[in-house]
Amino acid sequence: MPNDLITPKADAPERSPSQQRLLDFRRKLTDRLATGFAALMAVLVIAPLLAVFSYLVLRGVGSLNLAFFTHLPVPVGEQGGGVANAIVGSAMILGIASLIGVPWGIGAGIYLAEYGRGSFATLLRFTADVLNGVPSIVIGIVAYALVVLTQKHFSALSGGVALGIMMIPTITRATEEVLLLVPLTVREAAWGLGVSRWRATLSVTLRTASAGVITAVMLAFARIAGETAPLLFTAFGNQFWNFNPNQPTAALPLQIFTYAISPFDEWHRLAWAGALVLIALIVGAVAAVRLVASRGMMQGAS
Amino acid sequence: MRNLVEAARFPHKPQPEPETTAPAGRTIPLIPAKASKVPDRVFSAAMLFCGLSLLTIVVLIVIELVLQSRLSIHAFGWRFFKGTNWDPVAGDFGALPFIYGTLVSSLVALVIAIPLSVGVAVFTTEMCPKPLRGTISFLTELLAAIPSVVYGLWAIFVLAPLLREHVQPWLAKYFGWTSLFSGPPFGIGMLAAGIILAIMIVPIIASISREVLTAVPQQQREAVLALGATRWEMIRVGVLRNARTGIVGAIILGLGRALGETMTVTMVIGNTPQIARSLFAPGYTMASVIANEFTEATGDLYLSALIEIGLGLFLVTIVVNILAGLLVWSVTRGMPARVRA
Repeated sequence: MPNDLITPKADAPERSPSQQRLLDFRRKLTDRLATGFAALMAVLVIAPLLAVFSYLVLRGVGSLNLAFFTHLPVPVGEQGGGVANAIVGSAMILGIASLIGVPWGIGAGIYLAEYGRGSFATLLRFTADVLNGVPSIVIGIVAYALVVLTQKHFSALSGGVALGIMMIPTITRATEEVLLLVPLTVREAAWGLGVSRWRATLSVTLRTASAGVITAVMLAFARIAGETAPLLFTAFGNQFWNFNPNQPTAALPLQIFTYAISPFDEWHRLAWAGALVLIALIVGAVAAVRLVASRGMMQGAS
Repeated sequence: MRNLVEAARFPHKPQPEPETTAPAGRTIPLIPAKASKVPDRVFSAAMLFCGLSLLTIVVLIVIELVLQSRLSIHAFGWRFFKGTNWDPVAGDFGALPFIYGTLVSSLVALVIAIPLSVGVAVFTTEMCPKPLRGTISFLTELLAAIPSVVYGLWAIFVLAPLLREHVQPWLAKYFGWTSLFSGPPFGIGMLAAGIILAIMIVPIIASISREVLTAVPQQQREAVLALGATRWEMIRVGVLRNARTGIVGAIILGLGRALGETMTVTMVIGNTPQIARSLFAPGYTMASVIANEFTEATGDLYLSALIEIGLGLFLVTIVVNILAGLLVWSVTRGMPARVRA
């Protein structure tokens, strides 16, 4: 034991060679067991991932066809049908969310990295972390109270507001992180040429850190793309086409939820297919991020 | 003003010539012909506004939650969090079964997730061969990217039948005497919710633990190894002992996520407002009752009671997250912004 190595007791009895061998063997055995345990844990963590993906592919692929992407949901009992309106609805809600969350989040990140000093900036950082930990369903309640109650009806807009709020803290903290990675000398070079501060921030600092900012945006996007809880009582869902952001709108995660908890086999099939599409979208975004992040300036950082 | 100072300091500074910066008319020249302070002020004010809005949003959340739940706060007071009766028809609301369900499902998740996530973090940072490191981290991250509704779908159709047919009978046979594993095996219920929550919080705990472990100075490891320690002894004495505060923080952060998780739990916990000792029994959580009943809530008091549950959930997760943040910060402070393997 290292403790014995660090502070050998003065009256420790002399060990015979055989005792010493036994002790060595025990220490080596513990080492091997610990390594084996940790490796086993790694396997156990990755196993559910493989299980989820293989089931998604096994059950989902068979139901993917052109109709799935182009048709409306059909009532119970009818075969076929698709989730085209939910895909369009999701795109609309995510678009609204990005319009709110991306500029706002990047702006707050720029403030923290370039202007934020002292205890006020610490407070803002802390607030961003708090906001990041707020359960999505609570954000949904707030969007309901702010938008749905004011408008008196459910809408894609309120769903977009809820998801947009969820994007802000993630993008803010990540943008701040990557902006701080840009060396001060780069900014000084711009200032030294007489470039004004705002132009230097946007065209030099932000530009240099763009790979990192894009990563942050994509990760935030991937996080909200699968969100269901806040949409339950904001976007609400819709069985038909809707292109008006002011009306109740279907969303892919909502549709998956409705189908999954229904008692009909046909709907379960559609739920698996919908989940496969959703996950392909998200994993595609994350993989794209890894690709961007593994090149350029992010390489040294992550 | 600054231009004057600069001109005095660098008298030979070449003046920017418009034709060298950019062809006029196509892009805005990087260096304006005459500098003005106004755009700078406008820009910094806009950024400050973005930053301030974070604060505004959190304050708005608190105000809206309190405002919308005032009916229920007035009607029940503290009794709301102690009452066990949830009867929308009679207009009597008590949130204890939901609080119990939230706590128990999260605790089950933690018990399962802690060895898994700390194990995988130690494995990736200290033990596994370098080429594997990135792959395992990537796969763990991918686990975090799966949306909760997809986990829920998988849990309903794969995990629950597996529990019902194989795991629960076995648990009941050998551990039934603890009365934690008794009663009919439904598959769905507290245990299923805890297991699926565990899978969902493993990536969070693992990635933050990894950050904390990486923050432990390399000299610590070398010092312990130089004393003749085996690798495990080095990890135990040199690494884990230094990182334990941060790991506890990571675990609490995972707890915060488990408390607020909604869709997955709603799909597998069984949605029955009861306090049962057995983990096989169905339960209900704070987040799922909001998800299930919000759009169907008839009457202002019912809706306000649901929002008060949301307020409670908000306050609990805030406290938990702040605690976790402080613990993680106490270990990783002074490190560069990004410490990743």
